[in-house]
Amino acid sequence: MTQAFFDLVAAVVIVGALGVVMARSTVYAALFLIASLLGVAGVYVLLATEFLALVQLLIYGGAVTVLLLFALMLTHVRDLRERAPEPAQRLGALLAGGGLLAGFITMVYRTRWPRDNGTITSIDFNTIGNALFNRWAVPFEIASGVLLVALVGAVVIAMQEEGEHL
Amino acid sequence: MTSVPQEIPLEQFIVLSAILFSIGVYGVLSRRNAVLVVMSVELMLNAVSINMVAFAVYTAPTLFVGIIFAIFIITIAAAEVGLALAVILRVFRNRGTANIDEIDTLKW
Repeated sequence: MTQAFFDLVAAVVIVGALGVVMARSTVYAALFLIASLLGVAGVYVLLATEFLALVQLLIYGGAVTVLLLFALMLTHVRDLRERAPEPAQRLGALLAGGGLLAGFITMVYRTRWPRDNGTITSIDFNTIGNALFNRWAVPFEIASGVLLVALVGAVVIAMQEEGEHL
Repeated sequence: MTSVPQEIPLEQFIVLSAILFSIGVYGVLSRRNAVLVVMSVELMLNAVSINMVAFAVYTAPTLFVGIIFAIFIITIAAAEVGLALAVILRVFRNRGTANIDEIDTLKW
């Protein structure tokens, strides 16, 4: 049963990812990205980390994809369809991706993972919250600083200048 | 924190993350539009998160650093997308294109 659910979720993730890199229409690519990211939330549920699944839904399913769709709209990408990549470029990308995948898979199946005894530990909200605000409090605050700087920086960079129009 | 037997072996999660990462690499190398390149980078970031969370819940449940890492990856990814899209928008306004092979001012 769990295995069937994993297969379903994995299929959604992989088909969505293939759609992102293959779809000719850029808006379709963004919609495939949403499907893939929601599939990743399902993977988190299978790994018994509901907190991450919820965060994934909120941040990726909501904020990030909406931002991407806005960028697509503002760069008028829908008028000019993505041209097909050069055959040489596509071949090189295929070789790089395929070689990486082959290397990863041989590595995974030739390694014995120590301390993997076939059980998973579900980590509840309280534990994650305690760890985040005690042990990892300083990185947490730094991350909030990074977010603030990125937000202000994005506004400054994208601000409309004098005499400029979209 | 309760341990439960999991019928899916750890390898399957790692292989799923490897596939996702490779697809992301292919997308970054073959796509022309900068927004699509950013989307492929998002796929790679998610692959890394899956990997970290899988190792955290299977092999290091007392410390679960992997989950904390995944939270920070999501935070940084959100900041990265916002900033990257602002840069792409600025480039598009200045040069009228968002295709990375046409932005070649630094090439000689």
